[in-house]
Amino acid sequence: MKVPISWLKEYVEINLPVEELAHRLTLAGLEVEEIRYVGLPLPADGNQETKISGFAWGRDEIVVGEVREVMPHPDADRLVLCRLDDGKQEHTVLTGASNLFPYLGKGELDPPLKVAYAREGATIIDAYSEEDPAALTTLKRKKIRGVESYSMACSERELGISEEHEGIILLDADAQTGMPLADYMGDAVLDIAITPNIARAASILGVAREVAAITDAKLRTPDLEPVMEGNSIEGKAVIEITNPEDNPRFVLGLIENVKIQPSPYLVQLRLKLAGLRPIDGLVDATNYTMLEIGEPLHAFDYDVLVKRAGGQVPKIITRRAEQGETLTTLDDVERKLDDFTVLVTDKAGPLSLAGVMGGADSEVTSDTVNVLLEGASWNYVNIRRTVSAQALPSEAAYRFERGVHPELAPQGVLRCLEWMRKWTGGTVAKGLVDEYPHPFEDVVVELTPGDVKRWLGITLTTEEIADLLKKLDFGVEIKQDLLVVNTPPHRLDIGEGMVGKADLMEEIARIYGYDRIPESYLAEGLPVQAGNRELDLEEKIRDSLAGLGLQEIVTYRMTSPAQELRARPPQEKAPEIDYVELSNPISAEKTVLRRDLLASMLEVVEKNFRNRDRIALFEIGPVFVPSEKGQEIQEITTLGICLSGKRNLPSWQSTDREIMGFYDLKGLVEELVSILHISGVKYLPESAPGFHPGKSARIEADGNLLGYLGEVHPQVVGNYGLPDRPLPAALLDVASLLAGVNELYEVTPVHDQPPVLEDLALVVDEEVPAGDVESLVRQTGGKTLREVRLFDVYRGEQLGEGKKSLAYSLVYQHPEKTLTDKEVLAIRNKIVKRLEKEVGAQLRSW
Amino acid sequence: MQEKLEKNKQEALDALDKIEDQDALDRWQSQYLGRNSVVMEAFKSLGTLSKEERPLVGKAANQVKVALESASREKETQLEEQRITESLASERIDVTLPGRRTVSGNIHPTNRTLREIYRIFGDMGFRIYRSREVETDLVNFQMLNFPPHHPARDMQDTFFIKSEGDRADNPLMLRTHTSPGQIHAMQEHTSKYPDDPPPIRIILPGMCYRYEQITSRSEVQFNQVEGLAVGKSITFQDLKGTLSNFARRMFGQSAKTRFRASHFPFTEPSAEMDVGCFLCGGKGCSVCKGAGWLEILGCGMVHPTVLINGGFDPEVYSGFAFGMGPERITMMRHHIEDIRYFWANDLRFLEQF
Ligand SMILES: [Zn+2]
Repeated sequence: MKVPISWLKEYVEINLPVEELAHRLTLAGLEVEEIRYVGLPLPADGNQETKISGFAWGRDEIVVGEVREVMPHPDADRLVLCRLDDGKQEHTVLTGASNLFPYLGKGELDPPLKVAYAREGATIIDAYSEEDPAALTTLKRKKIRGVESYSMACSERELGISEEHEGIILLDADAQTGMPLADYMGDAVLDIAITPNIARAASILGVAREVAAITDAKLRTPDLEPVMEGNSIEGKAVIEITNPEDNPRFVLGLIENVKIQPSPYLVQLRLKLAGLRPIDGLVDATNYTMLEIGEPLHAFDYDVLVKRAGGQVPKIITRRAEQGETLTTLDDVERKLDDFTVLVTDKAGPLSLAGVMGGADSEVTSDTVNVLLEGASWNYVNIRRTVSAQALPSEAAYRFERGVHPELAPQGVLRCLEWMRKWTGGTVAKGLVDEYPHPFEDVVVELTPGDVKRWLGITLTTEEIADLLKKLDFGVEIKQDLLVVNTPPHRLDIGEGMVGKADLMEEIARIYGYDRIPESYLAEGLPVQAGNRELDLEEKIRDSLAGLGLQEIVTYRMTSPAQELRARPPQEKAPEIDYVELSNPISAEKTVLRRDLLASMLEVVEKNFRNRDRIALFEIGPVFVPSEKGQEIQEITTLGICLSGKRNLPSWQSTDREIMGFYDLKGLVEELVSILHISGVKYLPESAPGFHPGKSARIEADGNLLGYLGEVHPQVVGNYGLPDRPLPAALLDVASLLAGVNELYEVTPVHDQPPVLEDLALVVDEEVPAGDVESLVRQTGGKTLREVRLFDVYRGEQLGEGKKSLAYSLVYQHPEKTLTDKEVLAIRNKIVKRLEKEVGAQLRSW
Repeated sequence: MQEKLEKNKQEALDALDKIEDQDALDRWQSQYLGRNSVVMEAFKSLGTLSKEERPLVGKAANQVKVALESASREKETQLEEQRITESLASERIDVTLPGRRTVSGNIHPTNRTLREIYRIFGDMGFRIYRSREVETDLVNFQMLNFPPHHPARDMQDTFFIKSEGDRADNPLMLRTHTSPGQIHAMQEHTSKYPDDPPPIRIILPGMCYRYEQITSRSEVQFNQVEGLAVGKSITFQDLKGTLSNFARRMFGQSAKTRFRASHFPFTEPSAEMDVGCFLCGGKGCSVCKGAGWLEILGCGMVHPTVLINGGFDPEVYSGFAFGMGPERITMMRHHIEDIRYFWANDLRFLEQF
């Protein structure tokens, strides 16, 4: 809502500087997003709480001038010379303004044309500047086509009013020649964000009411008694409301014998500053009134209605659109109507989309003579649905879809008729036709100082509360400790009962001042405290993996099936995957919710591999699995890990230039499960979609699936254009990890008995998994075998085809005594025997 | 004989003085303390001496031996020290060469900020409650006092999810804010304690989604941290105090706060909390756009309708709620001008935290 200060001042006295007013409004919930200065002086530099734009017109340099004569330029057809008086002396002013050409050669003009005159040295906007905001320029003496020029009559663009630059500003005749233009029409425009609860302030009067309340000033309400010198409206039009739920009130007024002409310049200026385009006196009157008091209005050409009624009295009927009904709106679009759209019709058919836009057939034109003026109130739901179905936002609908009080309908019509009379010279018919089947009952809320204390914490007396509410025009009756509060007849935002109390609390707090309410620190007892085990675990995983050298990433949860398919080798077209699909995707890349973290991670590797020799990533986030018949969509928190490139950062010292592979990632996963104290973890050869069939493993903990680990399938690596080298990744289910975590793990004692160290090399068939050999060694060694570490895997000719040697370094230690060689040998022999028997292992002879 | 010994001692000590390395010392030791040295010869000759002479010569020889051995040890220590000093003087490394870097990992900036928020509210007795990202219109909007077609829905453009069958006014959607978690948390709480439920203090973090074009200022996904306190004596003063305390811990002890009236359908009264710009101290800078204030969070007293939907009697209970954006806070604190950095996962950005 753009609010010119000059207009606001018609309804409330304002003595504060504009920025201070903006500050007060902002604190009271009418956030001023920008102050645009149009001619008035800007505040001194320094802290600008509110964004500021625009520029000031020099009081001595830019004044009201009068053009007495428009004369031809001796050498240029497209330029004219003006004899112009600036209140001090006469000047010859050169201009190419198109709107002066009609006065060319007309001699001395009577009355003269009032213009915005910029003297030599004045600073104005350079109309040809491409910059934003446009650059300023200072008028200097120079010769243009042989004529000396040092000053000019300004266009709106040159003064920062609008983009208009074809013609110069032609002021109303009452502008006083020589007066500083800033005094005559300088302004500052507040751009206020209107939240839905203060829709009542979507008008100059509405904002003025708030200003009056927060600055303790008096509101001046507009005059609602137009000069009505015509015949009575009675018998000129009839109203029929089909459904009062949709259309609580419908009011008509009539003005006859209008003469369509432009409205006064200052009216046009205000409309422009408020963001609307002036049309003519008639249309401007409806828009001006809407901005002024908040009631959108619609003007019908009365003679068209009479004609449509076959010469009879027009009957206006409001009703829902029927099946298949259409209406051509005044933007010349034929619109198919929905059953929720409310129409203003007559017996011949639809006239307008109620509260949204008029129909082409009955709109006022430059030939209109008699005007029937509609002011109504509509159910906001129908308006919203129609605006969205027809993609047709409008200033009128903006207000109706936020709710306009029915009381504003007659007020709007009366006010608008008077503006029409002034700006088109018509005669207003006496009276209104007012159909109001079920008058709206304004809410009454009962309130006590105890309620205020309970919600806001502050102690106020009944009188203090009443004073605050009265500033906003609430009617308040005090009955001992009780306040009976009547909602004023312009607002619809106060609820009933408890809700109404809460609504009033906001009004009391706002006007009292949020900043005056002291701080306190929750005297309420502490709730029962509880941790969040899942989150704690996630955070522990984050810390662990970051500590192990991995970077956390967070990727988009939205993707497309095609993007996820990149993480599959071509032949693995797999069964059709179901996705959670968006019904209104924002782009072709974001049509579904992801089912897989692998694709997300590979995209990040793809993006970074050219900048980094070593990439080590992890993400913890949900994947989404669609519901099976009425079940909830599953959000499965998944941990993804991915490594790519060199194990170590290249360095002047480093000798390790190896590329990370399966065992690098397995080491990380082993480290992670050890940090989390998950026991019984096994790695079984099994592949998952997108992984290398021979280089991946299923991870289990005590038989429960934790996830998969492996090198990404080489063709998938190719899909992302990544170098042809191992790219290990793991996908783990966070809930399963959590289930395996044992916070109460046992710690074994440490002993000082001398350990016995020895190596053991076993030759087994290639197919025998090393994991099996190691667990047999451990099992057989029992408690005395404290450590088993594989330090070498060897394959070679002397072992024979299909054989490998696994070399372990073993540490034996007894808790209480020094082991003898004999005791150690006995355990060792047991281990070797068991391995011979179970996996056919042979001791390797060196 | 004593004279000879005394002379030999003097000669040895003079020679020792001139010695400058270990080899010379070794030779000296063999010459003056070795088998054929004057001292040792003197010991050997004791048997040939008279009974009277024997103790005198023996004593003298012993004195010389002790003196020479002691002098020799001293020399040895001196030579050792000299060698260490020389060796240290010759060993030099270039301390300006880069160190051996261990690869270090890092936590995403949003999660770092979230942790700080968890910690601060955790200290004030708030526990963390998380809820689902796919929601229904009922919980995301209607139970939070956004009836169907309510104009406040305009501020939260929504991603809807395809579903089988007509869900009428209750479509599935991606949550547009973390506020539906309030409803879940309150309902769980009041069904667990149907009579006289104890107070609630929770914060609700999580990813939210809005149908907005991705630009430097807006994203389709963003995190939010919501907070909720419900009890029998909670007032707007508590809201101001708790959130100002938060601001002081998050942004520094001197952080100033101010509360402006605002509107959210699920709170009444509603407010925005601004924090005095902690970068320029309120003088105005590019981060606060010259205003001296930064918009940090929205808040308000829980709307009676929302309390009822959560299972609380608004005649007895009251509460406050608030919500903030951890990415926005991170952006302000680290002068990040483009929100797209957060999900772009350019390591050159992420590694800087
Ligand atoms: Zn600043």
